[in-house]
Amino acid sequence: MSSDDLAQHDALQADDKLMAQVVSRRTFLKATLGLFAAGWVSMMVYPFFRYLTSSVKLSGAEEVTSVSLGGAETLAPGTGKNFQFGSKPALIVRDTDGTFHAYDAMCTHLGCTVQFKDAKDGIWCACHGGKYDPSTGKNIAGPPPKPLAKLDVAVVEGNIIVSKPGVTLSNKAVES
Amino acid sequence: MMAQMLKNKVYGWLDQRFALGTMQELAGKKTVPVHRHSIWYYMGGIAVMFLIIQVLTGGLLMLYYVPEISAAHASIVTINSQVDFGWFVRSMHSWGANLMILALFVHLFTTYFLKAYRPPREITWLTGLGLLVVVFGFGFTGYLLPWDEVAFFATKVGLDIASQVPFVGETIATILRGGADVSQATLSRFFVIHVFLLPLALVALMGVHMLMVQLHGMSRPDSVKDQAVREEKFFPTFVLKDLMVWLLLFNLLAAFVSFYPWGLGPEADPFAAAPAGIKPEWYFLGMFQFLKVLPAYIGPFEGEHVGMALFALIGLAFVVIPFWERGQNPVRKMWAELFGSVILFLFIVFTVWGMLL
Ligand code: HEM
Ligand code: FES
Repeated sequence: MSSDDLAQHDALQADDKLMAQVVSRRTFLKATLGLFAAGWVSMMVYPFFRYLTSSVKLSGAEEVTSVSLGGAETLAPGTGKNFQFGSKPALIVRDTDGTFHAYDAMCTHLGCTVQFKDAKDGIWCACHGGKYDPSTGKNIAGPPPKPLAKLDVAVVEGNIIVSKPGVTLSNKAVES
Repeated sequence: MMAQMLKNKVYGWLDQRFALGTMQELAGKKTVPVHRHSIWYYMGGIAVMFLIIQVLTGGLLMLYYVPEISAAHASIVTINSQVDFGWFVRSMHSWGANLMILALFVHLFTTYFLKAYRPPREITWLTGLGLLVVVFGFGFTGYLLPWDEVAFFATKVGLDIASQVPFVGETIATILRGGADVSQATLSRFFVIHVFLLPLALVALMGVHMLMVQLHGMSRPDSVKDQAVREEKFFPTFVLKDLMVWLLLFNLLAAFVSFYPWGLGPEADPFAAAPAGIKPEWYFLGMFQFLKVLPAYIGPFEGEHVGMALFALIGLAFVVIPFWERGQNPVRKMWAELFGSVILFLFIVFTVWGMLL
């Protein structure tokens, strides 16, 4: 190759480089159009997504932080009962020694509602046979991977008051 | 004379508009092979018959059913006890749904073992799988509508399983549920899915499925490939036989409906404990039983997640089978047969096990 040729070759290569850096009109328009299209599609999809995931209460109870279950004598030691805690199912059990324990009754396995069965089986879930310890809520048998969520129980002037954990009794609006 | 002329005129008019001649020609071309596995060619048609029954009885049920949580259960009680022959229509819908799913299982496994999924019928196979998913959707959403105890908890558990799918599960479950709890929003959504969305999807998928069947004709299993088999005309011979089978099964359905009318459990109470002995419908029972016997943890994973990953893999295998076992490799054929047999065996074992408990 002559030196002339070489110089020309270099110049051509430089040209190519420049072309590669400068985005061609076609690429630019395509990218812009793509961006607009993506923006437009998200704008169209967003309202429908929000519509579908919107959590309005169509019916049923509002937020509740505590409920009263009536006199302590209504729940004999060694028994339990299901009750409604706001919009959630809940469970209260009474140990043979008389202490109360309350739980969110939603099974930690797949969300069935658990019940107190008897002294032998403790808290039991009918769906897949999960079992929990009545005095701690700990998962002790079957598929549940976690303990039941606890609720607080207090006996105030002879009445059982169940409340969300961490809510102090003084500022609880107790509803009966 | 007159009648003949009139007939010709009417035919001519219709022919010009609908190209009847071409259609007749097409219908005349299709034949169905006659051999010892021919009986399985009736299965898809049986599903079509049950589908027609579902659409008709479903439309009738909608006249009295009220998709509102404080009225739904009562409206089914009314259908069962007050509406003349309400029990009959409702039982027909419920029994029809179950027999249809049974027919679909038979259809799926027989086409599988006859290798009807092989090229060029991949699309037929895939739309068929899609149809099964749609019909499962009908079963799952329809089950909630009477708003009885078992329905309520079956839905709760089903949606909780869905919510465990990584990344998208929670969003999907929330959209289906219409919030965090099974409530009025859930019933409304399930109703819309059951009577509007799924029927649309079903019609679309069925259109493609049937179009493919017409285009490709019936497949021939390997075992009769080299034999000279007789062919019979699809129209009218096979269609008439089809209708005879329909008549037979329709009578069977009517017998079930009359002798074992569909029951209804007590109304759902969202705050009561799940009742003992709770189970999903039999077609989900195998999977349910499998999840039930898994331990809480398998290694570092929750048993549930392992089970669901396994179901997903099995589903995936059914999707890719027509692209992998194309009838050219005897080893793959053997594996496909083994896989199908194992799945069928496990499905039956776990379903029966679930029923016995
Ligand atoms: C366009 C077609 C359909 C319509 C309009 C329709 C409509 C309805 C209505 C209004 C109900 C509530 C009444 C009741 O629970 O008895 C219902 C329930 C039900 N449907 Fe459908 N349906 C259709 C198709 C299907 C299909 C294809 C299946 C197939 C699996 C199916 C399975 C069910 C089930 C399992 C129930 C619950 C039955 C019960 O326990 O009472 N439906 N359907
Ligand atoms: S939902 Fe309670 S054990 Fe599965």
